[in-house]
Amino acid sequence: MVVRRRTQRGHRFAESPVLQLALQGWRSRTVGLMLMAAFVALVGRGFYLMVINNDFLQEKGESRYRREIEVSASRGKIVDRNGDMLAVSTPMKTIWAIPGDARTMSATQKQQLAALLDMNVRELESKIGIDKTFVFVKRQVPPETADRIAALKLPGVHQEKEYRRYYPTGEMTAHIVGFTGVDDKGLEGVELAFQQSLLGRPGSRSVIRDRRGNIIEDVGALKPPQDGQDVRLALDSKIQYLAYSQLKAAVEMHKAKAGGAIVIDVRTGEILALVNLPTYNPNNREHLSGAQLRNRALTDTFEPGSVMKPFTAALALERGKVSPDTIINCAPGKLTIGTATISDAHPHGALTVAQVIQKSSNVGTAKIALGFPPREMWELFDSVGFGQAPKLGFPGEVNGRLRPWKNWRPIEQATMSYGHGIAVSLVQLARAYTVFARDGDVIPLSLTRMNEGQVHGAQVFSPQTVREVRLMLEMAVQPEGTAPKARVAGYRVGGKTGTAYKLENGVYARKYIASFVGLAPISDPRLVVAVMIDEPSGGAHYGGDVAGPAFSQIMGGALRTLGIPPDAPVVKTAANEAGKGRL
Amino acid sequence: MMLRFNVLLLILAVVCALGAVTGQHRARKLFQDLEGEQERVRKLDVEFGQLQLELSTWATHPRIEKIARDNLHMTTPDASGRVVPKVVPAPVPKKGVR
Repeated sequence: MVVRRRTQRGHRFAESPVLQLALQGWRSRTVGLMLMAAFVALVGRGFYLMVINNDFLQEKGESRYRREIEVSASRGKIVDRNGDMLAVSTPMKTIWAIPGDARTMSATQKQQLAALLDMNVRELESKIGIDKTFVFVKRQVPPETADRIAALKLPGVHQEKEYRRYYPTGEMTAHIVGFTGVDDKGLEGVELAFQQSLLGRPGSRSVIRDRRGNIIEDVGALKPPQDGQDVRLALDSKIQYLAYSQLKAAVEMHKAKAGGAIVIDVRTGEILALVNLPTYNPNNREHLSGAQLRNRALTDTFEPGSVMKPFTAALALERGKVSPDTIINCAPGKLTIGTATISDAHPHGALTVAQVIQKSSNVGTAKIALGFPPREMWELFDSVGFGQAPKLGFPGEVNGRLRPWKNWRPIEQATMSYGHGIAVSLVQLARAYTVFARDGDVIPLSLTRMNEGQVHGAQVFSPQTVREVRLMLEMAVQPEGTAPKARVAGYRVGGKTGTAYKLENGVYARKYIASFVGLAPISDPRLVVAVMIDEPSGGAHYGGDVAGPAFSQIMGGALRTLGIPPDAPVVKTAANEAGKGRL
Repeated sequence: MMLRFNVLLLILAVVCALGAVTGQHRARKLFQDLEGEQERVRKLDVEFGQLQLELSTWATHPRIEKIARDNLHMTTPDASGRVVPKVVPAPVPKKGVR
């Protein structure tokens, strides 16, 4: 009762009897200290995790949900001047496997996989039987097939994206376009020359993935992928095809070892077509030989022979030493200089300078050439680009051989005037001829399409000289000239034949290189076409007979394709040509 | 009075939290849709490339010439059968030969 009453009365907390108990002071202090120590430990741990170890833990945390993914970029296309595809990349898949895991596949699964990959099961088993952690099962698998393989959910079989390069025009443009190896690296031709701009640079992005592997958020900075730039060549695939098919016909008809042809737009220096034979299919590069791969027009030099003569004649006209009507005595078809004698294939009597070019007289040309100091001739050859690489940026382009003039002997100077003792590539030759097709200046050649506009180069000859040489070149395709077969119906064309002996181990062999370089239309030249046939062995070997007809076909077709109006009276020429079959 | 205000704030906080969660969820859903569409763009791009390739393969000059000559029996006209219209002279006429 008493107690109850006291409770009812109540008392303050501080007066609670429990608190009245006297305890030793150290006990409370100990507890206080322990609590304090625990608190300090917690703060310390917090500091350690949140400040000292922050970066490490942040990274660990992010790695649980954040992924860096690569964003692939494709290689640029190569197109011709009209936008037709010459080389294009398309995505493919590589199927690879972890052999240890892949061996757990059931027999049916193996069969399914082998069937999809077009392999037999034993081949597949031997591939995954290797004791490695990674093995390519098959590369360059079409994406549809790869999707079907992915749907099978095979253990240890994975896939990776890659690109494959296709060349729709195939062997026609093989040398100029070139090809790429694995990993999208250009190995030949334009693919190599323009590797830097064609190359695609893959980007990356970091993302958050959810439990199902879906990307749910972009985090952090992303690096956008850069697709490679497209390269637009000067090439006209129509003219290229024309040149290819005509050259091929000529090489087959004359049973030649090789051949080359080039078409140049003289206003801009653009290369409209460049063909080499033999060629190869860049889409299937097994069993390739060096002969097929060589881009002869750029990398091989040869002694050009008579195609050099117009340069000597032009120099003489330019210096005022002769006029086209000056008489040169070429009888008796032989000329002895020192111990050596040079001769004409067909002996001539007295010829005018124009006729020397028309009938291609070695003796006449040598006589003209010996009127110059060696240095002037060397300077001429040098200024039209012989002896120096054409600087197209093309892999393997050569300088040719033009020896310094200081140690030329007179006989060498004489032979050089008609194209022996000097070595040039077909591209150099074609470029040098643009000097006659223009107003006497030389311009650099271009592989890529130029923006409109006239190009001007260093003046070599006066326009007057060039006009006179053009008329001489036109005479060469007249019935009295060396190449009547090079004529083109409806157009005035001009050009020069070349029939040179081949050098084999320093000795002239009885093997020839037949060539023809010409321009059209004479009244306002637009195109230069150079054709070279190596070792024709079908009987004929003269430039006019072997390379002339091919030149005529290529030039005629190219003029027509470009819609260049005829400058010759059509009726008369057509009547002449009517019986000669197709054009 | 104070208590009611606190409860109100609590409810407000919960509503906001739920809003944030749904907002995030919807953002992710939309992002996934965007990803899907971008993937489709890539796929279509690839298909376009393949179709371009197919086009250029079908349209190679040797094939066209073969069909024109063999199936359609076309021939190249000779010089007398051709008319080249005079084009408007080029903006910069070539000097030199007159």
